[in-house]
Amino acid sequence: MARVLINFPQRAKRGEIIEIKTLIQHPMETGYRLDSKGAVIPRDIISRFTCAYNGDEVFRAELFPAISANPFIAFSTLATESGELVFSWIDDNGQIQSEIRQITVE
Amino acid sequence: MQLLLTRRRILWAAAGAGLASFVPTAGATEDTMAEAIRDLIGEAPVTPGKVKLELPSIVENGNTVPLTVSVESPMTEADHVESIHLFNQKNPQPYVAAFHLGPRAGKASVATRIRLADSQRVVAIARLADGTFWSGSADVIVTLAACTEQ
Amino acid sequence: MRALLAAGFALAAVTAAFAEIAPEARRSGDDFVSPEIRAMQNDETANPGMLWVLQGETLWARKAGAAARSCQDCHGDAMASMKGVAARYPAFDAVLARPLDLEQRINRCRTEHQRAEPLAWESEDLLALTAFIARQSRGLPIAVATGPELRPFLDLGKELFRQREGQLNLSCSQCHDDNWGKRLAGSVIPQGHPTGYPIYRLEWQSLGSLQRRLRGCMTGVRAQPFDYGAPQAVALELYLVERARGMPMDAPAVRP
Repeated sequence: MARVLINFPQRAKRGEIIEIKTLIQHPMETGYRLDSKGAVIPRDIISRFTCAYNGDEVFRAELFPAISANPFIAFSTLATESGELVFSWIDDNGQIQSEIRQITVE
Repeated sequence: MQLLLTRRRILWAAAGAGLASFVPTAGATEDTMAEAIRDLIGEAPVTPGKVKLELPSIVENGNTVPLTVSVESPMTEADHVESIHLFNQKNPQPYVAAFHLGPRAGKASVATRIRLADSQRVVAIARLADGTFWSGSADVIVTLAACTEQ
Repeated sequence: MRALLAAGFALAAVTAAFAEIAPEARRSGDDFVSPEIRAMQNDETANPGMLWVLQGETLWARKAGAAARSCQDCHGDAMASMKGVAARYPAFDAVLARPLDLEQRINRCRTEHQRAEPLAWESEDLLALTAFIARQSRGLPIAVATGPELRPFLDLGKELFRQREGQLNLSCSQCHDDNWGKRLAGSVIPQGHPTGYPIYRLEWQSLGSLQRRLRGCMTGVRAQPFDYGAPQAVALELYLVERARGMPMDAPAVRP
């Protein structure tokens, strides 16, 4: 399980725009680097990131090797109701890492 | 490191370029970016405007370049940004990322960190709900850290 | 290009040999990086080094070794027990009769008290623990002890800092005492204070130790770098930390 840092206000007013910052530990191996023997180090990147708010996808990103290692993605969403935000990072092999966070909207 | 092949070129380019704007050299990679953009927009026109791409004009290291892209939009059901697509000129691939938003975003603004293999132009294209495309761009000079491990 | 650089520095050396930076003129590496890098460093939710700090927090509570003990079992809550600790490393170990840096101290604990295998240099776990402990000294002034037992090691460190080395025949002092603030290959030369270690270096795309950075510098002047944990490496670390006495710690820093 890669280390993850997720930050957003845990309490918000209905209709407020909240900013969400995410950071995940991942080398984002481009597939263009050579090892010490001259062989290509195979590509291994997170290619998709999604955020679902009580089941509805509110943000999606497609990522390419040009995204830096330990990808940082900051985006915003409307605080509509209390519930769960589910963040998912999917890599080239289809492996998914999901993190769930609660939000209280008054 | 992926910068190995162009290290010497970057060093001399950085020494001579200064902060003056530069004309992108027409070559395979310029065409590749144009082609990638055409794949996205088809025959539709792209209007420069509404899209603000914030990147430092000169960076000490091309491995981690902070980028913020924002689009002027009320982000209502009728009038919002559907997606923002980032392209570059000189990396091995023209694609950087694609962000899918929608009216629930509240505002059309995304920040991330990208890799730039050389001094180049980065282009952002936004697709709005009405099907129109808007663009913004920024030029970045990429220098190298001293005392690397190679 | 290299010949020009070497000639330039040779000239500088003749006119300003071993000019130590005055205490009030000392500035942290933070001052020499771009505003974007500073912003990345100062935002706890966006600083990539925090990923290792987080990992360190988990490892702190994890039992290890034949003794099945965690750091927490002896040291309790790190926020209390580790406050100020990193600020006084490298520290003298009376049993071994030499200074140990923080990484070596962590490994001493592992082998002596947890009865576990030492962690490899630059391994994810060692970096995580070092980052976590260093973070607990954030904002605190560097306060390494300098009793008579440390004098020979400090002197060795100072000598290593000032001696020319490598094919480029440059000393640390020529760049970091005499030419700080000027540019080398597009980057601004900092004064070389280790206030932010372990750092997230953009060049490495990872967190790394002071020893890794020193090895990078030595390779840069085409000298044979010290082995990890070599007495000269620790002596040089000790000198650098003493040279930065009183400056606030700020780990994990972000550097180009």
